[in-house]
Amino acid sequence: MTVPTVYRATRASRIAMIIAALALIVLAAAPWWAGRADLRLMGEIFLYLSLACLWNLMAGYAGLVSVGQQAFVGFGGYMLFALTIFGGLHPITAILLAGLLAAVLSVPIAALIFRLKGAYFAIGTWVVAEVFRLTFAQISALGGGSGTSLPVGIVRSLADGRSAREALSYWLALGAAILVITAVYLFLRSRRGLALTAIRDSEVAASGLGIDIWRTKLEVYVVTSAFTAIIGGLIFLQKLRISPDAAFSVNDWTAFVIFIVVIGGIGTLEGPIIGTLLFFLLRETLADFGTIYLLVLGVVAIVVMLKAPKGVWGLIRDRYDLELFPLSYRIKLNDPKDT
Amino acid sequence: MIEWTGVIVQGVLLGGLYALFAAGLSLIFGVMRLVNIAHGDLIILAAYLGLSTTMMFGVHPFAAALLVLPVMAVIGYVLQRGILNQTLGPDILPPLLVTFGLSVIIQNALLEGYTADPQKLSAGAIETASVSMGGLTIGILPLLTFGIAVAVIAGLQWMFYSTALGRGFRAVSDNQDIAQLMGLNKAHVFGLAMALALAVTGIAGILLGIRTSFDPSIGGGRLIFGFEAVIIGGLGNLWGTLAGGVILGVAQTIGAKIDPGWQVLTGHIAFLVVLAVRPNGLFPRVQH
Repeated sequence: MTVPTVYRATRASRIAMIIAALALIVLAAAPWWAGRADLRLMGEIFLYLSLACLWNLMAGYAGLVSVGQQAFVGFGGYMLFALTIFGGLHPITAILLAGLLAAVLSVPIAALIFRLKGAYFAIGTWVVAEVFRLTFAQISALGGGSGTSLPVGIVRSLADGRSAREALSYWLALGAAILVITAVYLFLRSRRGLALTAIRDSEVAASGLGIDIWRTKLEVYVVTSAFTAIIGGLIFLQKLRISPDAAFSVNDWTAFVIFIVVIGGIGTLEGPIIGTLLFFLLRETLADFGTIYLLVLGVVAIVVMLKAPKGVWGLIRDRYDLELFPLSYRIKLNDPKDT
Repeated sequence: MIEWTGVIVQGVLLGGLYALFAAGLSLIFGVMRLVNIAHGDLIILAAYLGLSTTMMFGVHPFAAALLVLPVMAVIGYVLQRGILNQTLGPDILPPLLVTFGLSVIIQNALLEGYTADPQKLSAGAIETASVSMGGLTIGILPLLTFGIAVAVIAGLQWMFYSTALGRGFRAVSDNQDIAQLMGLNKAHVFGLAMALALAVTGIAGILLGIRTSFDPSIGGGRLIFGFEAVIIGGLGNLWGTLAGGVILGVAQTIGAKIDPGWQVLTGHIAFLVVLAVRPNGLFPRVQH
């Protein structure tokens, strides 16, 4: 009789984890080996990677296709400024508190926009982001429509000296990316993640198995909003200046993120990582061409969506049956003679 | 009192323009359940096509519409047959992401072609002409826009329920596969629906261009106004869309009256209130 065993980790996933661990050590040491501009670029890459993972969790797994995540990016940024300038908090405390506030705020928002289905949900999220933008533009204490800068005293409170600050800012970005990827990974491996994956594959069937779809989606929305606000706070801690148009930009915080996830492979953990690398490769190569690069990006995203809807990672996975993050269950039929 | 009446009348007339933004969106959603994120950018594209036509031939924007409308219709048909038909299916992600990509492409192509400088269509004396009614001064152009919106919606309503084309639209809307079995080519019908929707978008774009200045970045905002009008009025109801546009317009002018910075925000809040109180909109189509 053959005894099937169920397993998740594969040789590829184990090797990938070892490589990832080594890469992390090298990356954590970057402030000692990388130049100032490179450090800044890598910090930006990690923050985009985090945004992409979060958007992917919402759209790729929970089926919540939002084009309004800039609402929480901007909210996190503005809370960093408001809580440090008026509340006198330390920037890092302020950013964490911003995440908490975003979670609280996202519940009534979800109650409202979850009434919209599919694509209408997407535009609904955009309306919410516009409400955020227009509201913050009315707050004259935060500079109104033209925005404000983070006072020098608060910037100095972060660390002594410019290079120490830049290193800290980089580590925060790296830490955020690791935190987000780990959190999403552990979430997907958990019981709830299984429910979420079931919803992704078929909402009707998942509902039939007793999964509370509305509640699961709400949890994902709230957690994603909180993390997105934290990333937003880190983004504007890097920029040191905020304005409503920059904070709630649909292009910067949603269009790019969507392109990253779609090109990399939506509904997989590996996709956003590959997508982020490809996106920055494309951006750094085509940066001199201005708007042309956005045109190219739009065309690439459309072609990928039409010709390879699972993205670059989907192509690789289908061909080599690879999975770097051991999420799915595999079955091996053991030969009785071996056991 | 008369001041506030004036504000409300202006809001109603502004609602006509929003109903025109929304009509195309409503039409394609009704026929093929497609939500076109690039809709706002297509409105702006039409405004720029109007601009190029008036400059090239030295004609009035209304005359330019004679060229812009057919061009937009052809763009719609080609877009639908060439790209969008491939995205239709049970999964909502492909149409959403592809039209999102289109939006970015159109926006940046316009930026490349026309720069970011604000432009305006000049329509001569009609822009400032007005009539007096019961102590109110009403601009001819807003009045004309509202009249066109009513005519367009009446026309679409008539087309939907009294013509062979409309029957085709309703048939594929009810059941694509059976409509196909009955000898309708759904790819072609969808193409025609998009052509019609973009012709309406062409009208909206030209009227927008005469009313205010525009630049490549404002498409997203127009999409949102149209979308809000559709949801406030109730999905699938064209006259409801007009009512939704009017409610949005009135909310905006009232907001602007209180504080100019609040115009758009008040409109969004009105939309969210309707969503909270009547999630299916004020005049949803009766479910069969």
